[in-house]
Amino acid sequence: MSPFWIILAVLGIAILGFVAGVARARASVNGNLVKLHSRTGYYGSFVAIWASLPAFLLLGVWLIVQPIVVDRAVTAQIPDEAIAATGNLSLINGVVRSVAEGLSRLSATERRDLDIGVVAARPLIASKGVALASDVEPYMIRAADTLNRLQAAGVIGRTALVLLVSVVGLGLALLRIRPAQRARNSVETVIRGVLLSASMVAILTTVGIVFSMLFEALHFFSIVSPINFFFGTVWDPRFAAAGSEGTAGQFGFLPLAWGTLYISTIALLIAVPIGLFAAIYMAEYATAQVRAVAKPLLEVLAGIPTIVYGFFALVTVGPMIRDWIAIPLGLGSSGNNVMTAGVVMGIMIIPFVSSLSDDIITAVPNAMRDGSLGLGATKSETIKRVVLPAALPGIVGSVLLAASRAIGETMIVVLAAGVATNISANPFQEMTTITVKIVSQLTGDLEFTSPQTLVAFALGITLFTVTLGLNILALHIVRKYREQYE
Amino acid sequence: MTDAAMETAKPVATRPARTDFGLKKRYRVERRFRIYGVVAIALGLFFLVALISSIVLQGISAFRQANVEIDVLLDKAIIAPNGAVNTDALMTGNVFRYDDVIRNAFAAQLGIAKDDKGTARTAYNLVSKGARIQLRAMLAANPDLVGTRQKVSFLLDSNVDAFLKGHIDADIPESRRPIKDRDIAWIKQLEDSGALSMKFNTGLFTFGASSRPETAGVGVAVIGSLYMMAIVLALALPIGVAASIYLEEFAPQNRLTDLIEVNINNLAAVPSIVFGILGLAVFINFAGLPRSASLVGGLVLTLMTLPTIIIATRAALKGVPPSIREAALGVGASKMQAIFHHVLPLATPGILTGTIIGLAQALGETAPLLMIGMVAFVADYPVTPNDPATALPVQIYMWAGQAERAFVERTSAAIIILLAFLAIMNITAVFLRKRFERRW
Repeated sequence: MSPFWIILAVLGIAILGFVAGVARARASVNGNLVKLHSRTGYYGSFVAIWASLPAFLLLGVWLIVQPIVVDRAVTAQIPDEAIAATGNLSLINGVVRSVAEGLSRLSATERRDLDIGVVAARPLIASKGVALASDVEPYMIRAADTLNRLQAAGVIGRTALVLLVSVVGLGLALLRIRPAQRARNSVETVIRGVLLSASMVAILTTVGIVFSMLFEALHFFSIVSPINFFFGTVWDPRFAAAGSEGTAGQFGFLPLAWGTLYISTIALLIAVPIGLFAAIYMAEYATAQVRAVAKPLLEVLAGIPTIVYGFFALVTVGPMIRDWIAIPLGLGSSGNNVMTAGVVMGIMIIPFVSSLSDDIITAVPNAMRDGSLGLGATKSETIKRVVLPAALPGIVGSVLLAASRAIGETMIVVLAAGVATNISANPFQEMTTITVKIVSQLTGDLEFTSPQTLVAFALGITLFTVTLGLNILALHIVRKYREQYE
Repeated sequence: MTDAAMETAKPVATRPARTDFGLKKRYRVERRFRIYGVVAIALGLFFLVALISSIVLQGISAFRQANVEIDVLLDKAIIAPNGAVNTDALMTGNVFRYDDVIRNAFAAQLGIAKDDKGTARTAYNLVSKGARIQLRAMLAANPDLVGTRQKVSFLLDSNVDAFLKGHIDADIPESRRPIKDRDIAWIKQLEDSGALSMKFNTGLFTFGASSRPETAGVGVAVIGSLYMMAIVLALALPIGVAASIYLEEFAPQNRLTDLIEVNINNLAAVPSIVFGILGLAVFINFAGLPRSASLVGGLVLTLMTLPTIIIATRAALKGVPPSIREAALGVGASKMQAIFHHVLPLATPGILTGTIIGLAQALGETAPLLMIGMVAFVADYPVTPNDPATALPVQIYMWAGQAERAFVERTSAAIIILLAFLAIMNITAVFLRKRFERRW
């Protein structure tokens, strides 16, 4: 049975367990429910939990362990010479997997023919719809047989064992039902455990992100030295084949960092003044009606998918900047440039600055404003000398959050910034960013041993570290600020 | 501006006698400051309007598509040369025989002589290359039509479509436009005979990826997106609500709780592309799930949406006053019962609002999907979540890379469709909040 059906079967047993548990609880007090410690449903749930939870845990463990065990057994069948000859175990493993797939499709006579050597393995297996990357060695057939045998045994084993555990759990739980048994407490403990594990998903995700990138990035740094990566000024990974000489400096990070910073800076130069003044106006001057209309409308800008901004940059803003500014000034001839990406990204992050700053300005206690106004300051003087200095940490936090958004933004730069790597001060030139290169290195065919693919993970973890740092700093500042006035 | 204000402020403090000192200037500064605010808001709204209107203006024409309705003689001698008229025989064999059928009919419609094969062939270029597939599918579904005469409506080529919409200027030299003078004459002839019509473009909603603009649509991508939304809803909502209940109601003040909180806040601000890398490394590389599948896309988007849902749900739970909990506890409910029977139902509108907003965010997300190989040319509807699929924003991304004018129009139309979905979701969220929000 496939895991899906096993899960369904276990759920079925659990439902049966629920019904049986309720019935047994009722029977144990002859229908006089007052004598029960908990309501009957809790006894049912108690049995259902015992019937399902251990079984699911076992299934989960089995699904993780089995591939590892099978892999070991299959690898043991592959002679060391073969590994040494190709130098690549995963390649052989791939072929063995295909052979196993092909062998499982053979009829008994075809299999006999293959074993006594009447027919060749590769064309026979190909005729079953499995194309092989290389010729089939005898050890591969042995390994493939082991694989098939273990897989089949594994399927039977896990089905039998999981269902057995489920039924035994149900039986044991049913036997334990007594009127005085604290079923509700047991069930609630389990629910609490489930709630806790749900909240652990957040930690697991972070751990997953860090480890998934860390291992591949370390792998990359074993091929290309971190110094060449972080301080290299040439980005041209096409010719940097694995292990070949003269690859140093081909994976230079600096051009990408420059493009990213340049575009983000332009975006912030647009978003911070507009966002900040909009926030000040909405918080201090606007009437309730204006605020009720303007604030959600500005926030719509944050709800529009980034791909839409990318397209807007590509077909509208890019050609406009090219034809009206870049070409007349003689600074560039492409619609894909730093200015286009920066301006559009700036529009996108306006609401990130304005909304958070608005909240923060509104949170400044009114007593401070009243004090200043009472001394005869005008409203703008109050804002500039009292409100803004008080709100400054929070505003800095919101700008940092917007900056982290800008650095990690992908679709706008993929469509509008270009792919050429330049380090130049001319904002009408094509430049590229970290995220653009992650996308271009990770789309298409992937070979997880080549530095061309692995570099994306090194870029990814760099990006993650930078944005994480900015986020932590920003959240810390904002929280500190809030505590001050709450 | 700040300097000017400071210069005037100091003398005011030291020389109280001159109360009107610099007052005019200070009021001017005040007015100017206010105008800056108005300008900032106006600029923000202007950008919004510019963005939306540029997309709508470019995309609105894609909702109409040029069709031609012609009388087709479904000649049995051409369609079924070996006499077998059944679905199998019609679907196999040379697909270009359907071209012959349509070309003959089209030439007849235009009054081109039967033996003038060259002219007929040129004229037939006005019809979409997808016509043969359309006719084949039509006959395969209903083999009895073979041998009869039918009125069939075909799509016209994207260049004809663009010409009819005025995107191709008839005044530029003939050599530089894809529609020649002779084509224009034919188009006029078709228009005059009433065979040509601009119809609502249903294909835009039903077709899949295609290299021909007129037969490209977002249908397949929408299904892929729906699968992913279903997966996100099924996973992110229960996990998110469970996590929020734990953090808001049960979590003790300790290191673990702090760690979880810090993680959730940070995940909400992690660049989306990083989630794509996670999906590639964990779900595809490690767990061996298929590339390009909506299952993997759904899982990645779930992880991305979780922080949003958790933050919204916690706010909703916080909004339920403690008196509710205390009342429940007071009549003998356990803490778990108080939360699940009383607090959670009261927090439902807020949770739903947050979930819908999270889903809307996930629906528009592109970058992580590029990482897990959803940039594929998918022309067939995915049947299960394990089939290769694409998503609406990814389809937009792929079309945006196409050079032809007709694809620009279609990309904008796809964006309009995406924005319409998002608008519906957000309006539902606002409506839910307005309708069910309680003031305590």
